[in-house]
Amino acid sequence: MGMKSDKTLIVKGKRLDGRGAEDMRPIKITAGVIKQADGSCEVQFGETKVIAAVYGPKKVLPRRYEESTRAYLKVYYFMAAFATSERNRPGPSRRSTEISKVIKESLANAVDLDKYPQTEISVYIEVTNANAGTRTAAINAASVALVDAGIEMRDIVTSVAAGKVEGQVILDLMQDEDNFGQADLPVAILPRTNEISLIQMDGDMTPDEVKKAFGMCIKACQKIAKLQREAIVNKYKQEGGNNDE
Amino acid sequence: MANEKIHVKDREIVIPGDVLAEGMSYIPSGKAIREDKNIISVSLGLTSIKGHVVKVIPLAGRYIPKRGDAVIGKITGSAKFGWMTNIRCPFDADLPIAEASHSYLDTNRYPMSKFFAVGDFIFANVTEVSNRRFVRLSARNRPYRKLHDGIVIEVSPTKIPRIIGKQGSMIKMLKESSGCDILVGQNGLVWIKNDDPEKQMIMVNAIKLIETDSHKTGLTEKVAKLLKGGK
Repeated sequence: MGMKSDKTLIVKGKRLDGRGAEDMRPIKITAGVIKQADGSCEVQFGETKVIAAVYGPKKVLPRRYEESTRAYLKVYYFMAAFATSERNRPGPSRRSTEISKVIKESLANAVDLDKYPQTEISVYIEVTNANAGTRTAAINAASVALVDAGIEMRDIVTSVAAGKVEGQVILDLMQDEDNFGQADLPVAILPRTNEISLIQMDGDMTPDEVKKAFGMCIKACQKIAKLQREAIVNKYKQEGGNNDE
Repeated sequence: MANEKIHVKDREIVIPGDVLAEGMSYIPSGKAIREDKNIISVSLGLTSIKGHVVKVIPLAGRYIPKRGDAVIGKITGSAKFGWMTNIRCPFDADLPIAEASHSYLDTNRYPMSKFFAVGDFIFANVTEVSNRRFVRLSARNRPYRKLHDGIVIEVSPTKIPRIIGKQGSMIKMLKESSGCDILVGQNGLVWIKNDDPEKQMIMVNAIKLIETDSHKTGLTEKVAKLLKGGK
């Protein structure tokens, strides 16, 4: 961020890939991609690809994390070595630890942890292709995977980012816009009540621009929530072939 | 009454956060809860609407033990008090020596593995789930016992009610059509025994079919067809 791009990112209101300011990249959500997991999901936001798998409720390991009245939610966010343009050293890093933490806190707002005392619910998220917006895609994937695993939740969690590029507020940044833009604002909400479960900001925006970006995110989240719902319903419609409903 | 509204039909797939009905005259059941005036679903499930009762039957999820459940467990080890078992739940389940059999087990004279060895399967009753989540089993009285021979398959615990059927109709059909001995544990393990391995395999396929198609209509006919076709 803050670097100068050698190309103009917005020409006549159109972005590099032809989107308008309030358009998202094409989204594809598939539930149940990993058979061994209790629940799983793959989310694609344009080039960004994220896979999430949920295991549990199961025995807490290590034992010292056990909580007597609620479940221990374990969230790991990883980026594959081949996910970025230059090799990304695999394993935990400062960045992945931080993102794991914010995703965990965002999901904990929706998951009914009190229903599963003394157990652990693990969420493993792997970014297989990074093109900006991985944490928001990860939240979308993780919440569909949690639903797929049959974990009790108050609502699903839906997330998208907005930002500022060349003085314009735009939705769902891609890599170049993220690198050369002026600000990035990831937002996660619970779509039924519009409660906010994650909001971060990086860069400079005026209060009015923040409001505008935030409004865009909320509107977009409602659209994504419908896609998340569809993904789960489709899994059950396809399973076993013909459906005589 | 004003603002009484139902948003879902019977047997519809719902996900957490879906508003199923509005108004105080509706009653939540199963995995549905009331939030203010709305009835919302808290789990992935199938709706069941009977009058004003809105119920959500879960479609996925792991087994959480309750007192009185009949389960199939695998012996994982032995200690002074008895045996440790795995009943596919997040907690350890113990089978004390006194609860293992109707007769007296003389553990001074014989090794404990003479009665239950590691890897054996048992059909047992959950007698206690303490608030510290220690689970105790009992296999003292019939039909609870050690399972000799046969095979044990895993299914999703949420599909067990469909394998049993209404008042045992499905399990009765499975047993009568093949002559297999079948025991269903509420933790999602099913024990099948028949001297003819082919019949065992037909039964495995039938149960897998119930697992994948449990949320669809016409399940009984499909299973009956499979059982007939296999013979």
